Amino acid sequence: MLPVATVDTADAAPTDAALPADAVIVARLRDRDEAMFAALLDAWSPGLLRAARAYVRDEHAAQDVVQETWLGVVRGIGSFEARSSLRTWVYRILINRAKTRGQRDARSVPVDDLAPTVDPARFRGPDDPYAGGWWTFPEVWPSPEEVAVAAETRRYLAAALAELPDRQRIVVTLRDVEGYSSDEVCNLLSISMANQRVLLHRGRAALRAALETFLTKGAVR
Amino acid sequence: MRCDQFVELVTAYLEGVLDRATEQQFVEHLALCEGCDRYLEQFRTTIEALGHLPTQSLAPDARDRLLAAFRHFPATP
Repeated sequence: MLPVATVDTADAAPTDAALPADAVIVARLRDRDEAMFAALLDAWSPGLLRAARAYVRDEHAAQDVVQETWLGVVRGIGSFEARSSLRTWVYRILINRAKTRGQRDARSVPVDDLAPTVDPARFRGPDDPYAGGWWTFPEVWPSPEEVAVAAETRRYLAAALAELPDRQRIVVTLRDVEGYSSDEVCNLLSISMANQRVLLHRGRAALRAALETFLTKGAVR
Repeated sequence: MRCDQFVELVTAYLEGVLDRATEQQFVEHLALCEGCDRYLEQFRTTIEALGHLPTQSLAPDARDRLLAAFRHFPATP
């Protein structure tokens, strides 16, 4: 009998509520419990697909990457050592597969981490008594609920997310779309906290600006 | 704190990683500036909307193939 994985509850995602603890899942998978595997496929595939889309351009490639990831899980579950949570381990397999596929990584552009995230023209210049203050305040948006549920807004936001520079898109996807903690993301991507925060902030700021254009100027793509 | 400085600190503020002095200045500015209050609110709205993006699921035939692969994979000792 193989040693059973220890439980890592620190990063259980909200969507995992219906799943048993890691140790139980791993033991069942090793016992070839097909219902357990099916439950895991259904619970995690949507998140994996979205994360895969952060690396590859189209839905088809993302589906391939996720399938390869699950095959990797089937092959590797016997040697899973519980040094991380099961979910983190699965995502690590995904990221390796996605990078091998790599269409997008190759196109990544270095980001100027120091450039302002809001157009400097929106703020008063150095000679103004209110230097650095808004010329005009950002316009009021509809309520957060309205923004979140409107299908058109979500489509626009998804398109804007897809247009972000690679590293920003990956960090924003994992943090804000998938709900990973900053620790998990730093761990998965092997980046520092500070670096992660810069990427997250730049990505969010760009998406806020995109939503602003959409919500206040009625932009149509 | 100026508005153009405030907007660069929003994520650090939301992550709770500003040092105490900077966080105080951030909050004091927030209390006085409607524009930055709105900016912060819109930032939060953006994050919330990201958490509600439509989900995709695995294609049914892919799911079937994976279940078959699982079934036929040699059992671990």
